[in-house]
Amino acid sequence: MKLKLEKIDEMNVLQVQEERIDAHNSAELKESILQFLEQGENRLFVQLSQVRFIDSSGLGALLSGYKNAVNRSGKLVLCNVQPQVLAMFELTRLNRVFEIYSDLNEAFAAQN
Amino acid sequence: MNAAQIQLDVIIPTQTKYLDLIGCIGERLGHGLDQFSGDREALAYHLNLVLTEATANAIKHANDSKPEETVRISIVIHDDELNIKVFDHGQGFDLEAVPAPDFNNPKENGMGIYFIKTLMDSVTYTRQGDCNVLEIKKRLV
Repeated sequence: MKLKLEKIDEMNVLQVQEERIDAHNSAELKESILQFLEQGENRLFVQLSQVRFIDSSGLGALLSGYKNAVNRSGKLVLCNVQPQVLAMFELTRLNRVFEIYSDLNEAFAAQN
Repeated sequence: MNAAQIQLDVIIPTQTKYLDLIGCIGERLGHGLDQFSGDREALAYHLNLVLTEATANAIKHANDSKPEETVRISIVIHDDELNIKVFDHGQGFDLEAVPAPDFNNPKENGMGIYFIKTLMDSVTYTRQGDCNVLEIKKRLV
């Protein structure tokens, strides 16, 4: 799975550089987020602008990351969620669990 | 029901790298369903999702000790209905026993069957001969 972790305005941003998150690559996403959190960072902005498809295992991987971040008194925030992907969060009511922002600027502004 | 317009049979190894292929077949078919009066973009995504979930489920339940195992996916499009069958050779599971997601206490697993049940019109899982068949139907008109 292609992931890019970078610092933008001193914030940790994880770019998911894949069109699909499914049972083939979701375990890797889950593990990568966990490894990041285990390094002591506890706030992560996940950029999903390139993702146009997500299945139940992909939602599960992000939910796992969210729970792990919260357990460490941190947070995992989603940005640039494409409409059809967002519809899956709505169908599972996970849009009530995650903080979801239209872009990074909006997400960063909401943290202050 | 009218005669089938399109019938497609795909056999893949029990490996998740083929989910993309199966899902994309569903999505392309969905885009071409001119008879569907609803949101065809949404239908295309839903077929991608349902085929991905059903195939992933069959791969998960396959017999791990037999790497030569395959999953067969059959898609038949009639004028008024789409019919998907996913055949696996695993132990099987009880479709009715799969609990609905608890939205107030979401879990990482168990949303796949919920997607299939919610987005399609009927779902059954039965034993047929030496395999299990997950049969999914979607009305198109």
